[in-house]
Amino acid sequence: MSADVNNSKRRLLVAATSVVGAIGAGFVAVPFIKSWKPSARALAAGAPVLADISKLEEGQMITVEWRGKPVYVLKRTDENLKVLESDTDMLADVNSDASKQPDYCKNSARSYDKHAKISVMEGVCTHLGCAPKYVPDLNNPFAGSLGADWKGGFFCPCHGSLYDLSGRVYSSMPAPTNLPIPPYKYESDTVILIGQDGSNA
Amino acid sequence: MEQKSNGLMGWIDARFPATKLWEDHLSKYYAPKNFNFWYFFGSLAMMVLVIQILSGVFLAMFYKPDTAMAFQSVEMGIMRDVEWGWLIRYFHSTGASAFFIVVYLHMFRALIYGSYKKPRELIWIFGVLIFLALMAEGFMGYLLPWGQMSFWGAQVIINLVSAIPFVGEDLGIWVRGDFVIGDATLNRFFSLHIVAIPLILIGLIVAHIIALHEVGSNNPDGVEIKKNKDENGIPKDGIPFHPYYSVKDIVGVIVFLMFFSIVVFFAPEMFGYFLEHANFEPANPLKTPEHIAPVWYFTPYYSVLRAVPSIAGSAFPGVIAMGAAIVVLFFLPWLDRNPVKSIRYRAGWYKALVAIFVVAFIILGILGTLAPTDGRTLLAQLCTAYYFGFFLLMPIYTKLEKNKPVPERVTMK
Repeated sequence: MSADVNNSKRRLLVAATSVVGAIGAGFVAVPFIKSWKPSARALAAGAPVLADISKLEEGQMITVEWRGKPVYVLKRTDENLKVLESDTDMLADVNSDASKQPDYCKNSARSYDKHAKISVMEGVCTHLGCAPKYVPDLNNPFAGSLGADWKGGFFCPCHGSLYDLSGRVYSSMPAPTNLPIPPYKYESDTVILIGQDGSNA
Repeated sequence: MEQKSNGLMGWIDARFPATKLWEDHLSKYYAPKNFNFWYFFGSLAMMVLVIQILSGVFLAMFYKPDTAMAFQSVEMGIMRDVEWGWLIRYFHSTGASAFFIVVYLHMFRALIYGSYKKPRELIWIFGVLIFLALMAEGFMGYLLPWGQMSFWGAQVIINLVSAIPFVGEDLGIWVRGDFVIGDATLNRFFSLHIVAIPLILIGLIVAHIIALHEVGSNNPDGVEIKKNKDENGIPKDGIPFHPYYSVKDIVGVIVFLMFFSIVVFFAPEMFGYFLEHANFEPANPLKTPEHIAPVWYFTPYYSVLRAVPSIAGSAFPGVIAMGAAIVVLFFLPWLDRNPVKSIRYRAGWYKALVAIFVVAFIILGILGTLAPTDGRTLLAQLCTAYYFGFFLLMPIYTKLEKNKPVPERVTMK
């Protein structure tokens, strides 16, 4: 090696080569990192689903599948809503503080203010993930300790958890929290898009 | 090309340093002559790695990483249809737990004899990285049989990622490759478990051993044997690794294999600790098991996670604590300020602190397998506090120690 080596030039070239190389490596990393995102197929399977509620009668419930889970869409009566305001002392999580729902559904009807009658919730018991049954009947043979206080709601056949018509769990049930509510929004007054957030404003 | 010696070895040595490697790492690698029981576990860990690679290569020949077929391919295919498949599978599942037993004991040895101290800091750091890689390996491997605990264990752990504020939700989806744990998750965990992490693991082990052979082994007295060399430059207290320790380690291997075989043949599930009972049911995303517990080797850290209460409904502080419980290990060489390496010549009360640390760690491990109650959570919090206190207060208390005189040469007690 000759003595008159331009060291600073060498350092510059080494640094420049390294930086360019690192940037190149960074670009090459992108496809690999992105390959881990949900595939088109998984995205399609997890896409928001539409639910038509134009033909839904009061007291009637339909089940829609979203991301492999049953989602209940239930139309309640004015009487039901009144009960939801008053049945509070028997519930484990009245204000849904410990439960999972979008902010716009954190109220006693657990629904949009404008569409208070329509309840949308995941049919997945918060105890062990069974699907609770819709029991609108006031003479509920499963009501157990609630007896005459039963005003309609959901009953989980696996371990007997009881929920009211907002999916709020009664006290001393195996299930700890209320039924989760998925994000959803109204496309129009009769069509709901489940899986995408809306807002109450 | 000039040959140093004649014959076949001479021909090879002129082209590949076979004799040099043999001498540097075995026949002329001088290890302290006073190794005791605790020095079996490094070579045992190497042997378990070989068991895992061998059994793993064969399991991969019969396993199908597909949510529709995974459970069947393990429980029907490997366990019942494939000749000796059950044995190969139990080698692998028992090997996983054996790996952690051996590694935990190996780490404990480093802790009591100060093997992490200067000049062995990098050996220790490579070791902690190996421990981390091993945990990733164990976690991902546990998903593969696609049993109930595979699924729900992974669910709980990946949800921890989702607990990270702001980016957590998207990060969780990225890790799963789907909105739920499914085929995408199983396939990538399979690839990582059988290719990526084993490669990383082997690389780290090579680095661990190169670093060890550069500075030389520590010993139960914590005396540097290189300080006392004879006229040939050989440490007076050193003996060649081969044949002295290779032969000694064979005894360890045989005793280890006796215990290993007893488990493989008579208690492969180890009463639900090595293979949890719920894992003999296929994964069912709609049915959560009554009680979800990780495999035993994760339970001390799982306890730390649960001991930290959620803040504002987020489990993130617990996740931080669990991560910190492992990260703190990296700093051990600088937290311990006592110049004396071996616990033999350190203060009596330091021995007590280490003993309590071991007890606290075991209690955390036991609590992690149990469902939490108020009393247990409190106990886990106390043990977690002790765990962190033991390490983080080291810079203070290790300076206050009254050491005993360290001998010039190793002793043979």
